Amino acid sequence: MEQERAVLEVKDLTVAYRIGERWLEAIRDINLSIFCGQIYGLVGESGSGKTTLAMSILNYLGQNGRILKGSIVFDGEEISQYPKEKMRSFWGSKIALVPQNPLSSLNPTLTVGEQVQEVLRLHLKMPEAAARKRVVELFEQVRLAEPQRVARSYPHQISGGMQQRVMIAMALAASPRLLLLDEPTTSLDVTTQASILDLIKELIQGQDMAVLYVTHNLGVVVELCHRVAVLYAGELVEDAPLEEIFRQPLHPYTFGLLKSVPKLGQNKKEQVLSSIPGQIPALAQRGSGCIFQSRCPIALDICAERPPLESIDAKRSSRCFRWQELLRGEIPLEKLFEAEGEALQASIPVQQKSEAAALDAQGIIVEFESHASLFESLARRSSRKVKAVKDVSIRIEAGDTLGLVGESGSGKTSLARAISGLNEPEAGSIRIYGLSAAPKLSKRNRDVLRRLQMVFQNPEEALNPFMTVGESLRRQLFVLQGIRGEEAQRLAEEMVKAVQLPLDVLNRRPNQLSGGEKQRIAIARAFITNPDVVIADEPVSSLDVSVQATILNLINRLQGNFNNGLLFISHNLAIVGYLADQIAVIYLGALMQLCRAVDLFKPPYHPYTEALLSAVPSVELGKKAQTIRLEGELPSPTERIEGCPFHSRCPRKIGEICERQAPPWRVDESTQKRIYCHYTLEELTELQSPILDVGL
Amino acid sequence: MVKYLLRRFGFLILTLLITSMVIFAATQLLPGDVARVILGREAGEAALQALREELGLNDPVPVQYGRWLVNFVRGDWGKSYSTKSEIRPLVIGRLRNSLMLAVVILVISVPVAIFLGVVAGLNENKWIDNVVSIASLAVVGLPEFVTGLVLIQIFAFRLRWFPANSSIRPTTSFLEALPMLILPALTATLVLLAYIARLTRAGVIEELKQQYVRTADLKGLPYRVVIFKHVLRNALIPTITVIAISMGWLISGLIVIENVFNYPGLGRLMVFAIDRRDLPLLQAVTMVAVLGFALSNLLADILYAILDPRIRLG
Repeated sequence: MEQERAVLEVKDLTVAYRIGERWLEAIRDINLSIFCGQIYGLVGESGSGKTTLAMSILNYLGQNGRILKGSIVFDGEEISQYPKEKMRSFWGSKIALVPQNPLSSLNPTLTVGEQVQEVLRLHLKMPEAAARKRVVELFEQVRLAEPQRVARSYPHQISGGMQQRVMIAMALAASPRLLLLDEPTTSLDVTTQASILDLIKELIQGQDMAVLYVTHNLGVVVELCHRVAVLYAGELVEDAPLEEIFRQPLHPYTFGLLKSVPKLGQNKKEQVLSSIPGQIPALAQRGSGCIFQSRCPIALDICAERPPLESIDAKRSSRCFRWQELLRGEIPLEKLFEAEGEALQASIPVQQKSEAAALDAQGIIVEFESHASLFESLARRSSRKVKAVKDVSIRIEAGDTLGLVGESGSGKTSLARAISGLNEPEAGSIRIYGLSAAPKLSKRNRDVLRRLQMVFQNPEEALNPFMTVGESLRRQLFVLQGIRGEEAQRLAEEMVKAVQLPLDVLNRRPNQLSGGEKQRIAIARAFITNPDVVIADEPVSSLDVSVQATILNLINRLQGNFNNGLLFISHNLAIVGYLADQIAVIYLGALMQLCRAVDLFKPPYHPYTEALLSAVPSVELGKKAQTIRLEGELPSPTERIEGCPFHSRCPRKIGEICERQAPPWRVDESTQKRIYCHYTLEELTELQSPILDVGL
Repeated sequence: MVKYLLRRFGFLILTLLITSMVIFAATQLLPGDVARVILGREAGEAALQALREELGLNDPVPVQYGRWLVNFVRGDWGKSYSTKSEIRPLVIGRLRNSLMLAVVILVISVPVAIFLGVVAGLNENKWIDNVVSIASLAVVGLPEFVTGLVLIQIFAFRLRWFPANSSIRPTTSFLEALPMLILPALTATLVLLAYIARLTRAGVIEELKQQYVRTADLKGLPYRVVIFKHVLRNALIPTITVIAISMGWLISGLIVIENVFNYPGLGRLMVFAIDRRDLPLLQAVTMVAVLGFALSNLLADILYAILDPRIRLG
C-alpha cells in the first residue's frame, strides 16, 4: 500500500451556488487529503454541504454551482477547472460514485446488467460477450444471489438492497482509484444496511483505492472508517482519526452530535437525551464569525471572528478557539448539551381516566388487494390479497409508550393506519378506555377522533400549506371540540409554548418553518385536544440527528404531562429503546416479540430481534460482541408462508418444524417477555450472548 | 403484459359499448319522431305509423338499441336518408382517405417535432429553446383556416407546387393523391408540431433532472450516449404514446382542414350528415370515429407497455 502521495487532495475549496442574483457559499475553505487504502468518513447533517463537497470532487456541480476558490488534486493532477468533456475520462474509470438512492439512480428502462456492462465496454474495452460474463462475476462478488437472473432484471424488479449492490458493482467495475459513497445505506433497512456495510468493508480491503464515505450516521462511520472529518454548515470543524474523535472530540459541535444520538440500551427513565439547541444557519445567514457560534454553549466574544482550522498534532485539527481547553478537559462539555429541564407547564386540563387500557387493539388484520382489476371485480373473482397485518393485538396503558419496531414492509405503518382508521382493518376490535372505535374512519364520531390522534413521518406533507400554524391548531380545536374564539387562541398559544416555539409561529405558514419546527407543530396539533392515545409513525426519521433528540425529548415530556398512551413506531431500535416502556417487534405483519424496553437488550431475544440489534451500527467503539446477518430477501407479501413467518431468513432456524408449524408464544412470567419461537426461552438464552457489552 | 393488454382490451370494448349507447340515444331517441324527420312535416298519420312500424320504432328502446348494435357489428349500417345509398362503402371510402392523410401528417410532423423538442429541451432557456418555443406557440395560435389559406396562397398560387383543391376520388391511388395531400398535411402539421415539440421538450427536461442521468454521466459515457441511450429512451415515452392517441383526432377531427382543402375525409362526411339530419349516416360516421379514438388509445397503451418495462413486467 503506497502511503506517500494522497490520491485526493482538496485545498481551500470554496463552492457557491447562485440563488437569485447572489452567489452563496455552500462550502468554505475545505482541506482534505485521502490516501490509498484509507476510508475517510465525511460526517454532516443536512445543509452541511457534504453532498456539495462530494459533487465538487467529481467536478459535477450543476449549472448554478461554481468553484470559487481552491484546488482539487487527483493523483497529482489538478482537475477542478476541467470541463465536463474532459472529466468523462475520469468518471467511472478513476473516480466512481455510489449514490444514495439506488432506484432513482438506475435507468428504469435498461436492464441492470446492461447498465453495468456499459462501464466495462467503455473503460476496459471489453467486447460484449466478455462484458456480459464479467457482470455476472461482479454480481457474485457483491453477493447477489442468482447473478444471471439479476443481470437480466430491470431496476424495479429487484429490492433496494439488491439495487445498491448493483450500484456498488457498477462503481467498482473499472477499479477506480477513488470511490465516493454518498449515504449509500441511508435509504435501506437496518439489516440490509448492515450487510451492505460488511460488503463495502470487504470489497475495499486490499484494494488500491481511496474511499470517501459521506454520511450523517455516526454509527456507520464507526463501523467503516479510519478517519473522520466533521462538516458543519459548509465548514470542516474537526478532522481526526476515528478513535480520537470518538474518545475526545475537540469541537463542541462534534461533541453535541455524538451526544444527540440515542445509544442502544439508553432509556428515558435514566436520562434525558442531549441535544444541540437551534438549527443549522441557512446559506444566506452565514456570518463572518465562527459558524457554530449561534448554537455553541461555550462561545466567547472572540468567536465573533472566524477561527482557523488549527492543527493539534500531525493527525488532527479543530476549528475551535478553545480546543486547548477541551484537550485538557477544562470544559465540562457533559453538562452543556443537556436538554432544558422540565420547562413545560401545560395548563390544559388532564382528564380523569378510567381503569381500562388507553388503547386496546385486539386481533387486527389488515389486507390489501393487489391488482384487483375491473374485470376481476366484475367477475366477482377473488383477487390476490396481501395480508399486511396478521392478527396483531396490542395494549397500551395510560402514560405508557409502546414502541413498535420493524423494517419496511413489516406492516408497522399498516397497523398504525388501521388503528387510526385511515385504512379499514379486515377484522379486529379497537377500544380506547373501553370505548369501542369503529373500524371505518367515517363512522367514528368526533369524540373518538379527538381521543386518537396521529403524528406522521413527514411533516412537510402533514400540514396544510395554505393555513397558518395558528389556523391549523385552532381548526383542530374547533372541529374536534367545538372550541373557538379566545379560548382556542389561548390553547393554541399554550401549545406552541409547550413545543418550545416562539408565539409568532402562530402567524406563519409551514413553508416558513424548518423541518424540525414543522414536526413540532404537527406534534402540537396532535396533543392540543388532549387525546387518550397518540400514534407517532416515524416522527423523527426525516429529521437531522441534532434535531431528533429535541423532538424525542419533547414527545416524552408532553406525554408525561398529558398522561396519554403513545404508540411510537420506528425502524430505529435505539430510539424505540430509548422512548418506549414496552416494545413490540413486528416482522411480515406478525408480532415476533413483546417485552419491556429494559429487557429488550438482554437475552433471550427472538432471533429476528437479535439480528436487528446486531445490525444497528453503534456510535460507541468496540461495543459489538457479535455479528448476526440476515440472509436473503424479505419474502414477497403475496407469498403464503406456513409456520413461522421468519423461517426463510432465520439464522437460528431449527428445521422443518419452523416451516410447518406456527410457533408458540414463550412467556417469561417474571418479566412478561413474550417470544414467538419454537425454541424455549431457556434454549434461546443458552444460544445467545448479549449483543451489547454494556452493564445491563 | 398479457394481463395488462387483456385489461386494456376489455376497457376498449367497454368504452365502445358505452359510447354506442350514447350515440344511439343522441341520434335515435332525442330528436323526437324519427319518422317525421324522414317524411317531413306534411306527412299523414297513417304514413308515419307505417314507417314507424317498418323502422321498428314502436319496439321498446333496449330492443331497438340491440337490433341497431347487432346490425352495426354485422356490417349492416343501413341506408342513408339523404343519398338513399348503402352507408358502409361510403364511410369506408372516406375512412381510407382520412387514414391516408393521417399517415402523411405523421410522417411529416413527428420527426420534425421530436427533433425540435429534443433540441429545445437539451438547451433549456437558451436562445435556441426560446426560438423554438415562441415560434411553435405562434403557429399553434393561428386557426387552421388561416394557415391553410396562407399555404394555399404560397404553394398553390405563387409557386404552383401543389394543387389548392384536394378533392380526390374514391378511385385515386395513394401515389396519385400524394401531391394533393401535402398542403392539408402541412396545415395539420403546424397544429400538431407545437404540441408534440413542447411535450418532447418537457419530457427531455424532466428526464435530464433524474438521477440516473447523473449515474450515466458519472460512468464517463460520452454525451451522445447519455442523451440517446439513457435520456431519450425515457423522455420519448410520453411523446410516443401521445402521438398514438392523436391518431384518433387525425382520422376524424380534421373538419376545418378538410373543408378548406375540399378533402373528402370522415370529418366532412360527419358535417354533411349533420347538415342533412341523416341519422343512420351520422351514427355510422360517429361510431367509426369513436372506434378510431379507442383503437388509437389501445395502440398508445400497447406502445407504452413495450417501451416501459415497469408496465410490461409490472
